[in-house]
Amino acid sequence: MEEPTLATDKKTVESIPAITIRFAGDSGDGMQLIGTRFTDTSALFGNDLATLPSFPAEIRAPQGTIAGVSSFQVQIADFDILTPGDNPEVLVAMNPAALKAHLHDLAPNGMLILNEDAFEEKNITKAGYKLDPRESGELDGYRVFEVPMEKLTKEALKDSEIKGRAVLRSKNMIALGLISWVFNRPLEDTVNWINKKFEKLPEVADANIKTLKTGYNFGITVEAFHHTYVVDKAKLPAGEYTNINGNIGLSWGLVAAAKLSELELFYGSYPITPASDILHELSKHKNFDVITFQAEDEIAAAAATVGASFTGKLAVTGTSGPGLALKSETISLALSAELPMVIVNVQRGGPSTGLPTKPEQSDLLFALYGRHGESPLPVLASRSPSHAFYTAIEASRIALKYMTPVILLSDNYVATGSEPWLLPDYKDLPSLSNNLTTKLNSKDGFLPFHRDMTTFARPWATPGTPGLEHRIGGLEKEEGTGNVSYDSDNHQYMTDMRAWKIANIANDIEPLELNGDEKADTLVLGWGSTYGGITQAVNRLNEKGVKVASAHLTFINPFPDNLGEILSSFKTVIIPELNTGQLIKLIRERFLIDAKGINKVAGVPFTAQELADKIEEKINE
Amino acid sequence: MSKVPVSYKRTDLQSDQEVKWCPGCGDYTILASVQSFMAEMGISKEKIVFVSGIGCAARFPYYMNTYGLHTIHGRAPAVATGVTVSNPDLSVWVVSGDGDALSIGGNHLIHALRKNVNIKILMFNNQIYGLTKGQYSPTSEEGKKTKSSPFGSVELPFNPMSIALGAEASFVARSVDMDRELTAQVLQEASTHNGSAFVEIYQNCNVFNDKAFEQLTSKEGRVANRINLVHGEKVIFGAEDEFAVTIENGEAKVVKRTDIDDSKIYVHDITRENPSVAFSLSRLSHGPYGPTPMGVFRKVQRETYNDDVINQINFAKDSKGAGDVDKLIRSLGTWNVD
Repeated sequence: MEEPTLATDKKTVESIPAITIRFAGDSGDGMQLIGTRFTDTSALFGNDLATLPSFPAEIRAPQGTIAGVSSFQVQIADFDILTPGDNPEVLVAMNPAALKAHLHDLAPNGMLILNEDAFEEKNITKAGYKLDPRESGELDGYRVFEVPMEKLTKEALKDSEIKGRAVLRSKNMIALGLISWVFNRPLEDTVNWINKKFEKLPEVADANIKTLKTGYNFGITVEAFHHTYVVDKAKLPAGEYTNINGNIGLSWGLVAAAKLSELELFYGSYPITPASDILHELSKHKNFDVITFQAEDEIAAAAATVGASFTGKLAVTGTSGPGLALKSETISLALSAELPMVIVNVQRGGPSTGLPTKPEQSDLLFALYGRHGESPLPVLASRSPSHAFYTAIEASRIALKYMTPVILLSDNYVATGSEPWLLPDYKDLPSLSNNLTTKLNSKDGFLPFHRDMTTFARPWATPGTPGLEHRIGGLEKEEGTGNVSYDSDNHQYMTDMRAWKIANIANDIEPLELNGDEKADTLVLGWGSTYGGITQAVNRLNEKGVKVASAHLTFINPFPDNLGEILSSFKTVIIPELNTGQLIKLIRERFLIDAKGINKVAGVPFTAQELADKIEEKINE
Repeated sequence: MSKVPVSYKRTDLQSDQEVKWCPGCGDYTILASVQSFMAEMGISKEKIVFVSGIGCAARFPYYMNTYGLHTIHGRAPAVATGVTVSNPDLSVWVVSGDGDALSIGGNHLIHALRKNVNIKILMFNNQIYGLTKGQYSPTSEEGKKTKSSPFGSVELPFNPMSIALGAEASFVARSVDMDRELTAQVLQEASTHNGSAFVEIYQNCNVFNDKAFEQLTSKEGRVANRINLVHGEKVIFGAEDEFAVTIENGEAKVVKRTDIDDSKIYVHDITRENPSVAFSLSRLSHGPYGPTPMGVFRKVQRETYNDDVINQINFAKDSKGAGDVDKLIRSLGTWNVD
């Protein structure tokens, strides 16, 4: 067989506004990779997009089983979208298990592309099918395309230097090539990417490019695929864009925050899914004076971060739920010593090890209250990958300005999903102030707990500063001197002051904004990663004529000042959350309103349609 | 460590806080030893940081007129790691106890030593939990009767020197509170060591575990049982220097000098790369009972965590140039929408 070359052929091209595609296969099949490639090519083309990767907690679960299925969903559109789509209109299933795990989501009459070579009896049984699903009738109602992906791969690589089982590693490229044909995506970007990625393994690069082109050509030669689709460029606001996921956005936000505050960044962390990528990303950027400390455990990561804060760094520790539990005592120390620090919690399904690779918003109350003693601190949440960049800066701003630990919540959906981001210019970002001092603040010597009476922050004198030597710690401190104090009035005062200092931040954060029909009776209030789903659902309902508005909190502690006023202007407040009802408890308690919850802990985000249906149900109740 | 030619009086290192340990506590002697030593150490006090965890010993930072951070139980080595990598010019000291360092904080201790973080860890070992009023600790002897072990402890105690050496510590030494001269010597050696230093200081708790170290501190015991390790010298001890230490098949042994030729006596060398001999010396006693080596067991140079972290940052800046946020956020490829 000759090396495949790209041919063009007569085909019909139908223009569609949006398409949702899901790639599903074994966790070793390279589904995340081809999903990301298709996404990046579409981003460069100018589509708006959003992605939802989903993978098992096991690195390589048993092959061919449902437990081992990994998937990647992307929605591309020629308009501004906020979610990775509801039900996919295209499903690529690399084996029977992938089909079984995902078929129920495929939209009616959806396109189903099967790797027919994987539909052997053994795999069919392993997936839990009694009969071959291709013959049982259950695929009626879908447009099924069987593609001999393994045979095509072997054919394409029969003269390659790659031999034996390694050949089949490239079969994902058949799927990517074919989908690229069906959706009129050029291959150049992926070819360049492959050449760069396998620069040192030219035979691997060659094999992947050959199979990619073979998949594309399969589309050309097989008449079944002559009806193709194109999604035009999205009419997004003008400017320069990049495609970003939440972990990278958050990491870059921390790097920017350090620069904006003229401090150096210290990031202490212990590997944990799904937060580890922040550690990976930051450890690449040492030329920004970033110190990354991979600690011996979660507690050490937080403890070293406290040490770095005491020494004048922008000090950040990152983790996921179980790690936040371990850091709890250390966070209380930072809170008591009034040291600035950011704690990133990329939430996942809990409790305990729970669902390490699935999104959930179930650490909200833990972030607010998961410490011993009276220990309030600011809590804010990222709503999307690009928002993670800005919330990282905002969390740092609050920590440095108010001398307090701040918890920044993300979740697996924000962390691993991606979206186009209209890039800011660094010069337009706000500079961040801090409380560093080199001067005595009293004639009696340095008083480490002598506060600024506007922010109530204490001064930040770091080791190495002559004349300001002082000792602080976790024992209660006397206001002013910072000396150990067991005085009852002082403890009352300090407890009240710590709470007041945090409550006072409400004056210094963005007011809550309304989306949708402001004159409606119903408000949908959310926080964190439900932003895309809620906003899209409310917009859809408005288009349908249903009167409803939405608002999305960045700060959950303190609440923005205008929250009470907004809540009181609606008759009904609905709060969707990926937990069993946590923000709703806070809202009910604080504002004494009978808010209604929409709750789910199924390891997947809400889809926009799911929310639209449930919101409408609640309105009609 | 940048040094400036400063010299203080001992009182310059005393903070204005009243020292609140029990009268007669060994900690007073150690505090005095440390303050005297630091007055002459030659490092200006704004560059000195004391970090502690929880326990009686952990109150130490409040009494030093330096920077100090009294943190949480067991975590001081980790906090101190954050301090020292954030500013490598500082002289960072951890003060800990046997419960703090070896029980709740065991993990942080071994990793700080393994990484050779440039911190000096002083572990005041009184073989008891003092602040919680007298429970057995991980260094209490087997059979020890305490409030939490009324029928005697059933646990084998740790040998702190063995742990430190097993954790790849580059500096390991032992002293005892009563011996201010040895403590000063050991602190001097530790302070000039580039890397992590672990110093165990036997410390008498006269309230909950009085006379635990009598075999090393009484008039007779001091002479009979202390094996003073001096670099470059033969290891001999006893009232009339009648005992010696030999290394046989990798194992340290106490022998009568009349039984061996003097050439077989071990000559102490703190700079041996291989920690096996130092480890075997640590096995001569399992607690302060009978002949017990004191002084510096090991002092070897290896790359420090701090230096390596800073070198990587400097290398990155030299090769990539100082970071530019505008370039960073455009580094994954961009496209323009008109």
